[in-house]
Amino acid sequence: MKTVRLSLIGFGAVGQGVAQAILQKKEILKGQGIDLCVVGILDSKGSEINVKGIDLKSALERKKQKGTVAKGNDSAFEIIQDVEHEIVVEATPTNIKNGEPGLSNMSAAFNSGRHVVTSNKGPLALCFSQLKEAAEDNGVFFRYEATVGGAVPIFNLIHESLAGNRVIGIEGILNGTTNYILTRMAQERLPYELVLKEAQELGIAETDPTYDVEGIDSACKLVILANSVFGEAATYRDVEVTGITKITPEALELASKNNYVVKLICEAGNGTLIVAPRLVPKKHPLVVGGTLNVASILTDLAGRITISGKGAGSIETASSILSDILYIVRNS
Amino acid sequence: MIVSMTLELKDIPGQLVLALAPISELHGNIMSVIHQHEEKTPRGTIPVQVTFEIDQGVLDELIEKLEKSGVGVARVGEERLRSSISVVLIGHIIHSDIGDTIDRIDSTGFAEVVDLSLSMPAIEKTSSAYLVINAEGENELKNALEILREVAIKKDLLMIEPIRLNSEAA
Repeated sequence: MKTVRLSLIGFGAVGQGVAQAILQKKEILKGQGIDLCVVGILDSKGSEINVKGIDLKSALERKKQKGTVAKGNDSAFEIIQDVEHEIVVEATPTNIKNGEPGLSNMSAAFNSGRHVVTSNKGPLALCFSQLKEAAEDNGVFFRYEATVGGAVPIFNLIHESLAGNRVIGIEGILNGTTNYILTRMAQERLPYELVLKEAQELGIAETDPTYDVEGIDSACKLVILANSVFGEAATYRDVEVTGITKITPEALELASKNNYVVKLICEAGNGTLIVAPRLVPKKHPLVVGGTLNVASILTDLAGRITISGKGAGSIETASSILSDILYIVRNS
Repeated sequence: MIVSMTLELKDIPGQLVLALAPISELHGNIMSVIHQHEEKTPRGTIPVQVTFEIDQGVLDELIEKLEKSGVGVARVGEERLRSSISVVLIGHIIHSDIGDTIDRIDSTGFAEVVDLSLSMPAIEKTSSAYLVINAEGENELKNALEILREVAIKKDLLMIEPIRLNSEAA
């Protein structure tokens, strides 16, 4: 049995999803000779440490009832540096201004010789090459499948399945909230403001939707993709961004009459990074509805490959994180 | 020049070759042939649409050759604008002078706005427009789009362009 110890830094929707996924898959993984053992959990109010392995079921229960897992108040640094473990799962909220606290957490993990698996876009959109170098210098893995496309395995597809191919360009819908809004506006001929309100009531859009509707979230994901796939040193400020707030139901109707839909499309290729609403032919494989995400990758050998799936959600994002954890377990 | 012709063929074997051979002989470059065998004309002939690039000086000679070999030439037209793109504009389209916006494209001489649909929900609200722009070629189309982008920024209009697929560049 190979025992791998983890810390969960950040215990919101994603962190809890990871705990649930590990619990749910415990027996199957044991059958494969893998024992995932969580030794530290941190949320915004405190932490729990148990070098023999935290009881995830009671930690989830406590979080649900008290709003925190806190049993002590060790900091992220204390857990990352002082508690012996192999993989740091960094799932604190995205901060696009300075990447913190994720950026410092990731740096601390690399400096302590620990692998990092993350869903946190902020540090990667701002300092991708710096983080990648730090991981390489310390001889550890840096995996970030969950940062782009939620459950959709874009990086695995490109780096593993399409290994040997040269990627010519990528187009995609990488934000579920705006896709939901545009889909509903087109279907129901409703104005933007009304559909936004509906999305907020359903929990699909945040109370402050700026990040999604102005295309900032899409731009961050596009930067991470471009850096990872093309080896660029782009930051989110290099993206030409147009949001969806000015789009009218009449525009969508005119487009529809002419066999187009309007989608917020991310485009990378030819050295340009663009996020903008685009006319897309109705029968195009990029036309997916609801909150779905989709990416279409053009390569020199395989041609065009398109994948779509759920771009957000606690357990869906945990799927990508678990896959990254298992990649490290199998390759280290 | 780019020429589009409607030819009428007799419904007997070998007629299509008979119609296309003279175009090649006069160094024309055939771009498309639409041959609808099941759609006969009232005269019992079969219509064929041919689009090709050819030197203007030999056009009369070509028509003469075709008719001499028994191929009917029903229509001859010059296809000047063969590249096309659709865009959507959103904003105060009318109040920012839609006539001027169209003029900016039409006055280039190489591109024209050939279709326009407008939707105006209420006076104080923004309107939306769907435009089709035709141009002489792909480069001219790019130039026309660039002009429209500048106009859109100046008039505070949101311009939605078709998705740019990287496959086109590959």
